Amino acid sequence: MTTQASGDALVSLNGVNKHYGQLHVLKNINLQVKKGEVVVVIGPSGSGKSTLCRAINRLETIDDGDIAIDGKKLPEEGKDLAHLRADVGMVFQSFNLFAHKTILENVTLGPIKVKKVAKGTADKEAMALLERVGVGHQAPKLPAQLSGGQQQRVAIARALAMKPKVMLFDEPTSALDPEMINEVLDVMIQLAKEGMTMIVVTHEMGFARKAADRVVFMADGQIVEDATPEEFFTNPKSDRAKDFLSKLLTH
Amino acid sequence: MDAVIASLPEYWDGFLRTLYLSVISGIIALIVGTLLAAMRVSPVAALRGFSMFYVEVARNTPLTIIFFFAAIVLPRLGVKFEQFEVAAIIALSSYTAAFIAEAVRSGVNSVPVGQAEAARSIGMTFTQVLGFIVLPQAVRTVVPPLINILIALVKNSSVAGAFFVLELFGYGRQLSNDYGNQVLWILLGVAFFYLLITVPLGLLAHFVERKVAIAR
Repeated sequence: MTTQASGDALVSLNGVNKHYGQLHVLKNINLQVKKGEVVVVIGPSGSGKSTLCRAINRLETIDDGDIAIDGKKLPEEGKDLAHLRADVGMVFQSFNLFAHKTILENVTLGPIKVKKVAKGTADKEAMALLERVGVGHQAPKLPAQLSGGQQQRVAIARALAMKPKVMLFDEPTSALDPEMINEVLDVMIQLAKEGMTMIVVTHEMGFARKAADRVVFMADGQIVEDATPEEFFTNPKSDRAKDFLSKLLTH
Repeated sequence: MDAVIASLPEYWDGFLRTLYLSVISGIIALIVGTLLAAMRVSPVAALRGFSMFYVEVARNTPLTIIFFFAAIVLPRLGVKFEQFEVAAIIALSSYTAAFIAEAVRSGVNSVPVGQAEAARSIGMTFTQVLGFIVLPQAVRTVVPPLINILIALVKNSSVAGAFFVLELFGYGRQLSNDYGNQVLWILLGVAFFYLLITVPLGLLAHFVERKVAIAR
C-alpha cells in the first residue's frame, strides 16, 4: 500500500486498521476526500463508521496505516496534534457543549485560548455564527437551558469558530427528538452549499440524497461501496448494501 | 476548668501553631495533590506510573512513620532545617497530597469524557483541557471529599506534638503534666480548639457545595 496521498485530497486515509482486542473494527480503510466535498458515511450500527470518523482527528488511535489532513500526517500526541485538531471541526452525537460555560463562551473559548484571538473580535465572530445557526438570542444561557436541537446547532457554531478546513459529524442527529432533526440538518445543508468539506456519519438518508457528493457504505469495518448518492440509492452493487437499503425502505 | 482559663495564652499559642501547620501544609498538599492527579490522567505513561507509585506509598504508610522519616531520616540525608515545624510541614503535606490526588482524580473521572473530547477537538492541549474544562467541572464533586481530607489534616497535625512542635496537642501534653488533677478539662479544652478549626471547615464545605453546583 502506497502512502502517497492523491494530489488534491484534503483528508486521506491509507490502509487504516484498528482492533478493539479481538474485534477488527476498521479493515484496511482507504478513503480520499477532496476539498469542498461532502461525504456521507452510512451503514449498520457496529460497522465502524463512528470509529472511522473519530480516528480522523485521533480521538481514536489506529493500529496501522496513515491518516493525513491537507497533506500533513496526523501527529502522535502533544502540541502538534492539538494544532492539527484546531483545523478539524468535530460535532458529536451527544453535543458535548461545555456544561459550565455560557453558549457564547462555548463558541469563543477555542478562538481565544487556542488561536489567541482578542476577546472582542472572538465575541463578535461568535455572535455572527450563533445568529447564522439561529440561536443568537440564547448567547448568555447555559447549555442545559437549551433544547437538544439548539445545543447541536451551538456545537456546530463552536466547531466553525475555529475556521476548520474540514468538519466531521458523528451521528449529529441521532440523539435528537424527531422534530429537532430538521433544524440541525438545515444548518448542515447550508454549510454544504457554502462549500465546506464535510464527512458526515448519519442515518439520515434524506440528508445523504440532498447534500452528499458521495455516499460511503460501511459494513463490518470495511468500505463496501463508494458511490454518488444517486447511484447508491437507486442501483446499489453489493448484496450487503441492497439488504441494508431494503430494511430502511420497508419501515 | 480554672486550669483551662489560666492556660488560655498557651492554648492560643498552640491553636495558632496548629492553624499555621494546617494552612501551610494544606496549601502545599492541594498544589502537589492536583499536580499528582494531573500526572495520573496525563498521556505520558512515566508520569502516570510515578503518580500512582507515590500515591500508593504515601497513603498506605502510617503518618507517624512519615513524620519519623521527615524529622530524623531527611536530616541525615543532608536536608537540614532549623525547626521541627519544617519537618512537620513536609510530612503532613506529602502525606495529605496523596489523598488529595485521589480525590481530584475521582473528580476528574466524574466529568463526562465527551467534555474532554470536545475540548481536544477544538485544538486544546492537555493542560488547557484540564485547566479550562475538566477541573472547573470536577470541583463540584471534589469539594466535599477535599474538605474531609483537610479536616483530617488538621487533626493529623497533632502528630507533630510528639515531634517537639508545640502546637495544640503538644501544649495539651505539657498542660496535662502541669495540672495532673485536671487532665479531663485540659483535654476538653484541646478538643474545643480543634473543633474551632474543623467545624467551620465542615460548614464551608456545605456552602461551597451549593455555590458550585452546575446544571446538566
